[in-house]
Amino acid sequence: MSKKKFAIVVFPGSNCDHDVYYAVKYVMGHDAHFVWHKDTSLKGSDAVVLPGGFSYGDYLRSGSIAKFSPIMRSVSEFASAGRPVIGVCNGFQILLEAGLLPGGMRRNQHLKFICEYVTVRVEATDTPFTCNANVGQTLRLPIAHGDGNYYADRETVDELEHNRQIIFRYTTSAGELNDAANVNGSTAAIAGICNKKRNVIGLMPHPERACEMVLGSEDGRIILDSVVTSLES
Amino acid sequence: MIDRATIEAHGLTPDEYERVLDILGRAPNLLELGIFSVMWSEHCSYKSSRLHLKKLPTVGPRVLQGPGENAGAVDIGDNLAAVFKIESHNHPSFIEPYQGAATGVGGIIRDIFTMGARPIALLDSLRFGPLESPHTRQLVEGVVSGIAGYGNSIGIPTVGGEIGFDESYAGNPLVNVFCLGVAKIDELIMGRAEGAENSVYYVGAKTGRDGIHGATMASAEFDESSAEKRPNVQVGDPFMEKLLLEACLEVMQTDALIGIQDMGAAGLTCSTCEMGARGSVGIEIDVNEVPQREEGMSPYEIMLSESQERMLFVVRRGHEQEVEDIFEKWDLHAVRIGKVTNDGMLRVRDQSVQVAEIPNKALADEGPVYDRAFSEPDDLAERQLLDLSLLTTRHSTLETFKKLLASPQLASKRWVYRQYDHMVRTNSLVLAGMGAGVVRIKETDRALAFSVDGNGRYCYLDPYLGAMLAVCESARNVVCVGALPIGATNCLNFGNPERPEIMWQFKRAVEGISEACRALDIPVTGGNVSLYNETDGGAIHPTPVLGVVGLIEDGNRVVSRVFQNKDSVVVLLGELNVALGGSEYLKMVHGLLRGKPPSLDLDNERNLHQLLIGAVADSMIESAHDCSEGGIAVTLAECCFDSGGIGVNVSLQQRDIGEQAALNVAATLFGEVSSCVVVSLQEEVLSEFLLRASAAGVPARVIGATGGDRCHIKVDDRTEIDLPITEAEQIWSSGFSKHFEG
Repeated sequence: MSKKKFAIVVFPGSNCDHDVYYAVKYVMGHDAHFVWHKDTSLKGSDAVVLPGGFSYGDYLRSGSIAKFSPIMRSVSEFASAGRPVIGVCNGFQILLEAGLLPGGMRRNQHLKFICEYVTVRVEATDTPFTCNANVGQTLRLPIAHGDGNYYADRETVDELEHNRQIIFRYTTSAGELNDAANVNGSTAAIAGICNKKRNVIGLMPHPERACEMVLGSEDGRIILDSVVTSLES
Repeated sequence: MIDRATIEAHGLTPDEYERVLDILGRAPNLLELGIFSVMWSEHCSYKSSRLHLKKLPTVGPRVLQGPGENAGAVDIGDNLAAVFKIESHNHPSFIEPYQGAATGVGGIIRDIFTMGARPIALLDSLRFGPLESPHTRQLVEGVVSGIAGYGNSIGIPTVGGEIGFDESYAGNPLVNVFCLGVAKIDELIMGRAEGAENSVYYVGAKTGRDGIHGATMASAEFDESSAEKRPNVQVGDPFMEKLLLEACLEVMQTDALIGIQDMGAAGLTCSTCEMGARGSVGIEIDVNEVPQREEGMSPYEIMLSESQERMLFVVRRGHEQEVEDIFEKWDLHAVRIGKVTNDGMLRVRDQSVQVAEIPNKALADEGPVYDRAFSEPDDLAERQLLDLSLLTTRHSTLETFKKLLASPQLASKRWVYRQYDHMVRTNSLVLAGMGAGVVRIKETDRALAFSVDGNGRYCYLDPYLGAMLAVCESARNVVCVGALPIGATNCLNFGNPERPEIMWQFKRAVEGISEACRALDIPVTGGNVSLYNETDGGAIHPTPVLGVVGLIEDGNRVVSRVFQNKDSVVVLLGELNVALGGSEYLKMVHGLLRGKPPSLDLDNERNLHQLLIGAVADSMIESAHDCSEGGIAVTLAECCFDSGGIGVNVSLQQRDIGEQAALNVAATLFGEVSSCVVVSLQEEVLSEFLLRASAAGVPARVIGATGGDRCHIKVDDRTEIDLPITEAEQIWSSGFSKHFEG
């Protein structure tokens, strides 16, 4: 297996960039490099990660300014070419704002920032991010966000359902849907979705925070390792 | 023209003004008066506390930097330093809770990264009035979301803290923020200006009219008009600070930098004269070059503004472009506003006109120092008197237990820490709420543990003993996860020092901290003093808060408060020498704050620490939890919580404190103690553990075992508490959060 090269885009205000870097490079043993948002080249990367944080302070709608960064044009082209792009938390918000994924984010339903472990259920495995998982498998991952209440209109959600673009849903640890498990109040308990081509994914939970048992969970590896598996095949 | 009213409005006494005249050899202009006023304020000059703070032990083999710099630093091995400090933002948080708390977080973070350290952990110690008051709940909401808003955005995990409630804080909440960073020892940077003709740079946010005279405000009592001081509170911008943090750490990797200081309290004034004084040089700046947010700002406003997220740099001559380029990359502007000179003066110009000239040392080092009068409060003996015969026990033991679990003081603080990103940077080995905060150092096998603790009730009853107990509790908390305490920082929150009984409290508390820190070999590397915490003449309980930092050699071997397995043996370490004085039980059930706090023997405390650190390092114990507020019954219950429903069966010997049988039972279960820890371990290692305890001189008694799904506690073979863990956990989980629902 050859080392895969992950580009981690750094926006001003990104704060999970170092965590992704550490997980990819030191836990998984692949190549990771930072790409400054003012750059225009992804430097021959195999996969792109938009990390979590508060790009531009998120004083306006989360992610709404980052979409104008010069690097985003390259990210769009990379995505159009069918190559894997993953947006985590603020990265997900940026993908929504950039129109690479449908829908938008609202404030969490109880209006407070939430940082804790949640359970998400894998809904589809024919993506580069879930190919190592099983349908219905539950993953224990941390969330940390104030604006994670995914919203899309009825038509869009129907289309997401129809195309099986909903990749993760918030559930109980037993994998059941209920209001308490859907901590931020997301439409259809959506924790992560992909595009129609299935090569761009956004999710609110942080897989990079769950790559070592010493931190409480290794379930994040399933997502990041899937990217490697898909690149190998 | 400087008249008496102007001098008074600047908070300078007639004597202090005389001193200004002596130093200058002439009358100051208004700007100079303003500069003296902020630098000689209590907040900046420590004029009432300085004499006493000298008693603290500040040196030790690991100490790299003691008090006097932006933060303290201790050696943690492998050429790495832990850089840390605690600071208060009490006054601003009362006036404007969200921004007051947020800028408190921003300020302490800057103190850490100006030393060249990347901040890796935040903790908070908070005090409020009782939650029954809607205003208090509003303050709690505001402060917690302010801390969350700033810390989460900048990406530094808030890994722990404490929060307490008492009437004395109703008009004076306490917001103490602790930050720790890690730096390479040979890359530590000081807030020092050196070398004539080197350039002085201003970096960060523009200067506005916010926070003018904040330091003077923090040095006065509150009254009904305090709400009018809202414009004095600064507004925080964590995004700006995140850029500053990254850009500064990048600049520090070059050879361009001589010194750096945050513009915190007293802004541009404090940073210029302190950096000049430390390097025994002069600094000359032109206020016209200072980036300004508003039109028509006077030199007075520019020099005294406390706008946030600003830094002062001294850059080696010839390296200016290098520095400017790095800031440009981060979309920040570094502006050259002046230079270092040889003559030791702070010289302020407005273009070609000189508007102030004062010796740096006069401002920074030669401020007034007061040996203020102190005297024991008249009612001290009365406070310490607890007549047990007057205590009637109306509730059953089980009811009392439930009541304590539901007390906001003891109940789960999940509502609070769930709002803090406590996992970012993927170093948190013990998650918030599970014990002391523990953060690994990725470059090494090591980890650092932190705890912030204080008990105002104990200190109200006996400031000397109360302060010692705070040191011990904070140290014990880091010891319980397996860390060796290696340094401390303190935040001393008191009332008006011009009142002799307050000064007495302060003096005794500092003596208590000194005594305990010496006995436990924990140097105090810095901290903060917050005085005048009074509203309409009512002072807060004296509240020294200790932040202890501990070092763990192997980050894979840490334990939390939580029981890990069924059928583990439960051992009580230490003697259950219970006291009701100052206890949550006495307050909650009998409505009293009286008596004497738990007695303390520092040798016992030290022995306990040594035993525990070794036992965790050798993976002998599975959990460890300090007995503190709520007594051993609450401690045992807390060991069960978050364990996934593991129960406990224990049997205790009754401790007789008086004649009443029911009160003796309550005291045994809910009385408070020092130097006691509950641990759980496997049967196989029990005998070796007990031998070690005996060799260490630590009393150790098997009191029961984990297992079942109930919290079952017997006293002298009578069942006193028997409650399903699910029910107990439900009460404990909602005791705090229920005040914020609906």
